[in-house]
Amino acid sequence: MMKSKADEEDYWNSSKFKAFTFDDEDDEFTKLKESRQAVNSICGLVEEEEDEDEVEKVSWSGEPVGSISWSVRETASSLREQSFPKIDTTPSLPKNSSGYSLSSLFKGKEVLSDSSVRLYAPELRKPKSEYKVTAVSLEKFRSLQEKLLLLDEAVGVHDGNVITAVLIYLKKSLSKEVLFRELESRQTALRHFIHYLTESKEQRLLLELYRALGRTEDEALLQYKEHLRITDENKRRDFLKSCVSLPFSPEDAGHVQDHYTLLERQIIIEATDRQAETGGKVEIFQKFPRRASILNMPLITTLYYCCFYHYAETEGTYSSPANIRQTFRIAEKQYFVTALAARAKLKAWHDVDALFTSRNWLGFTRKKSPLSFSRVADILSKNNAPVQVLQEYVGLVDDVELRVALAQKYKCHFIVISTYRDLKDRQLLLGYRGKVERGSEEERKIDELLSNPQIRWKN
Amino acid sequence: MSERDSPELPDFSVLKRLARDQLIYLLEQLPGKKDLFIEADLMSPLDRIANVSTLKQHEVDKLYKVEYKPVVSTSDQLCFLIRPRIQTVKWVCDVVNADKAAGKFKRYKIIFTPQKFYACETVLEEQGIFGDVSTDEWAFYLLPLDEDIINLELPEFFRDNFLEGDQRWVRTGGSALHLFHSIYGPFSKVYGIGRCSKMVYESWREQVKEGEQKARQAEVGTVFLIDRDVDFVTPLCSQVVYEGLVDDIFRIKCGCVEFGPDVTSSDKSIKVMLNSQDKVFNEIRNEHFSNVFGFLSQKARNLQTAYDKRRGMDIKQMKTFVSEELKGLKQEHRLLSLHIGASESMMKKKTKQDFQELLKTEHSLLEGFEIRECISFIEEHINRQVSMIESLRLLCLLSLTENGESNQFSNNLNSAWPCQSYGVDHLLTFANLKQLGLLVEQQPGETLTVMESKMGKLVNDKTAGKLTDAFSSLAKKSNFRALSRRLSLVPKSDEEYDLRVPRDMAYIFSGAYIPLSCKLIEQVLERDGWTGLEEVTRLLNGHEFAVTGSNGADLRPQSDAQRIILVMFLGGCTFSEISALRFLGRERGYKFIVLTTAITNSARLIEAMLDNHV
Repeated sequence: MMKSKADEEDYWNSSKFKAFTFDDEDDEFTKLKESRQAVNSICGLVEEEEDEDEVEKVSWSGEPVGSISWSVRETASSLREQSFPKIDTTPSLPKNSSGYSLSSLFKGKEVLSDSSVRLYAPELRKPKSEYKVTAVSLEKFRSLQEKLLLLDEAVGVHDGNVITAVLIYLKKSLSKEVLFRELESRQTALRHFIHYLTESKEQRLLLELYRALGRTEDEALLQYKEHLRITDENKRRDFLKSCVSLPFSPEDAGHVQDHYTLLERQIIIEATDRQAETGGKVEIFQKFPRRASILNMPLITTLYYCCFYHYAETEGTYSSPANIRQTFRIAEKQYFVTALAARAKLKAWHDVDALFTSRNWLGFTRKKSPLSFSRVADILSKNNAPVQVLQEYVGLVDDVELRVALAQKYKCHFIVISTYRDLKDRQLLLGYRGKVERGSEEERKIDELLSNPQIRWKN
Repeated sequence: MSERDSPELPDFSVLKRLARDQLIYLLEQLPGKKDLFIEADLMSPLDRIANVSTLKQHEVDKLYKVEYKPVVSTSDQLCFLIRPRIQTVKWVCDVVNADKAAGKFKRYKIIFTPQKFYACETVLEEQGIFGDVSTDEWAFYLLPLDEDIINLELPEFFRDNFLEGDQRWVRTGGSALHLFHSIYGPFSKVYGIGRCSKMVYESWREQVKEGEQKARQAEVGTVFLIDRDVDFVTPLCSQVVYEGLVDDIFRIKCGCVEFGPDVTSSDKSIKVMLNSQDKVFNEIRNEHFSNVFGFLSQKARNLQTAYDKRRGMDIKQMKTFVSEELKGLKQEHRLLSLHIGASESMMKKKTKQDFQELLKTEHSLLEGFEIRECISFIEEHINRQVSMIESLRLLCLLSLTENGESNQFSNNLNSAWPCQSYGVDHLLTFANLKQLGLLVEQQPGETLTVMESKMGKLVNDKTAGKLTDAFSSLAKKSNFRALSRRLSLVPKSDEEYDLRVPRDMAYIFSGAYIPLSCKLIEQVLERDGWTGLEEVTRLLNGHEFAVTGSNGADLRPQSDAQRIILVMFLGGCTFSEISALRFLGRERGYKFIVLTTAITNSARLIEAMLDNHV
């Protein structure tokens, strides 16, 4: 089962708002808040006489009382669920035949004649200008030529209902081979037929049709779609395995192969982890109980999961992130984003650090990242990273303006201060002094810089 | 162009009465007490035209929602009010067959709305209950949602027609237009563009010919029909006009929205009708979101002042105040606090998803500027598994605006990465998006023509023409960039755009883009046809038409009826487009009435293409 969307998003963001504006008017939001307060302050005055003239009466669920939706819900809440009773499908009359007399089978007689077996179809052999929709019995059309003429006429009047009606008749009265052959050159009719078969869930016939038309990719996709019906994961895996050899486009074939491999992995990981979790011996599962099973999750969610629960594992295990990365050819950037988010969520700052640290041949370390450091900072902040961690990455942002903006946003004061110092901008530094806390270390730092005679300020 | 007085809109309440009377008539066809089962998506439309007591008066005992479960009704008459869908009819068959097996005998009636399909009756026949169940049609085509919006409430029109190529709703469209025509017509001019529009027009024309038209004074004289696939770019953009934004975030359903506890600042949700009756909403619905704050604060201040007047009043004045003003003030107060709550909540949600950056990306795509940055934004969106619908929306927007040429930057974008992030199941979704032309794969140019001529040889000329049609729609190129240049859809970015005083329809997208659909309407009305737009229609794959009626209808362009224009969107339209048309109407002295198969937005459009479920 898919995890709910909210869950998935939660993996990534632990809500943090940042300043947002449509056109640089920071105070709009405050203005709104003020209006809200103003309106709320009137509340007291209004409430006492509120109820008698409300616009509409509203029930507990917020639905207007007396509305149809409301009433339906009322009936529904008084019911209990029941499943269908088993129906004997063998074509014999029930033993208890008291009510099932022959006449009762035809009790709807007058109904039968009015909404009859007849169909509104164009009458043929009339010039188009004189065309009238007339009730015509389809059984009259027996030769192939007549049937096809009927179909072409139906297509000509652009009434999908009529087209489908004719197709249903042709389906009953022509062999598959002939019908398929004739549909091949009639695209509009063909699409109606495909849609009809899809809706009435005639999978097998549809597959045959695709095969007859040589539409192998459609056939493969349709067959692949069947896996969605299979709930048992082992059966689903086996089914996917059988799909691998279907005639997909080369690109899709790769995806289906991956789908199979992934589910196979997930089944193994799930079994091991469920055991570890219930065993209660593995710390990480105790500290962070799994929210959902990993079965049938997308690849990236799986990678995230493995970075979360199996980060330190060696490449040899199925659940090691490195193994997943290699098996599914995950791009470097993709891997980094996911690993970063997972480790940040766990507040494993040491791992985060290690992820970006590379050593050169002299043994010096430096920070390298396949994604911009501003993004790194964004992901970290969304996972509530402390300022000490954040400032390290904000400090690595090359663009000075962006660096200052981010530093201000994430309250990395020292980055702001050192950037202003590097810019030799005394005015900005002075201005920023007002924004840091009185008597704080930041303030001391600014004072120290301002009184440093060795700095040659540009203003 | 000077502003002039707009003509008065016709009264649409008659449509509701008509629908209600028809339903009552049909219910009376099954005399006696009966339980009524209503298809889930018909409940809200039904709520707009009737209420429980109307149904009770006509001997409806209990009401149920169709849930594809066995029924527990004890009534001996069951009535099903449903859309003509095979799945629903199969369920009715199960119900009837289960009763039969249990030896219960009841009377059953299916009321299909807006019409029945032969395929549904076939199901009854195949399941052996044809004749046990009587069927009827409730021709409920037109649901007025507001004074200028009429809805067919047929969201499936879009997928059925444009993706599946099923023309089952064409006649429905024609009938809807016919109904409108017979009450508010006769029309004297009909313009249109798109294959479906053409067919709907034909169907309408046939129906007019069959019936008789009484000579009467026209209330609406001009009609414009447009297919949704003429312009996919507009509905895929984020909406920033208040009503559109509310729809994007809270989803307006049949003119009604449910505000959750975060808006109401209480522990309960509340359903609110959003239409011109709501005085506060009516003033902000068409405004760019950035103007809404200022407006609401001003309103709040005014309200405060009005309440403050009470201070220092004597008894008599107070009495007048209470009897004359207080009620209005209270009403306004209630609405104001709702919309302020909604604005706050939307602001929070949008801030959380970095809306500013998202809009920047969309605008760059529309402008064809910094595409590389846009692609890396989308890529990151996908990599970080941000909402799939958003990602697909942006991918489609990229593909449409760049005409598939973005593939040269990254060939993993169109399926590999999305599959990794959102699941391989979505292969089918991608196949759909490609089929519809929302995602274009770069193909070797010749494949198509070769295919065409090969197929052409196999069949006669007439069918070959149809084939070409089918193929050209398959490989539809959006030509967005060329269209945008020709119609000046993207204003020059170096000019300041004052959203408070909009100068054109681009204001609905923060001044970044004039919606193609609305621009076409503007141009055709201005030119009284397609003359001079040949290159534009060529880029749009043709299928344009402009016809004038000859039934002695009032043709003077200055007459009121000519200035009331019915725009029929086949496949849905967005609230932003409606706002743009309202703006155009104010500028040019027109009044637009929007007749749409459904209200859509980017999320609904993409969701209609999802195929990762059984």
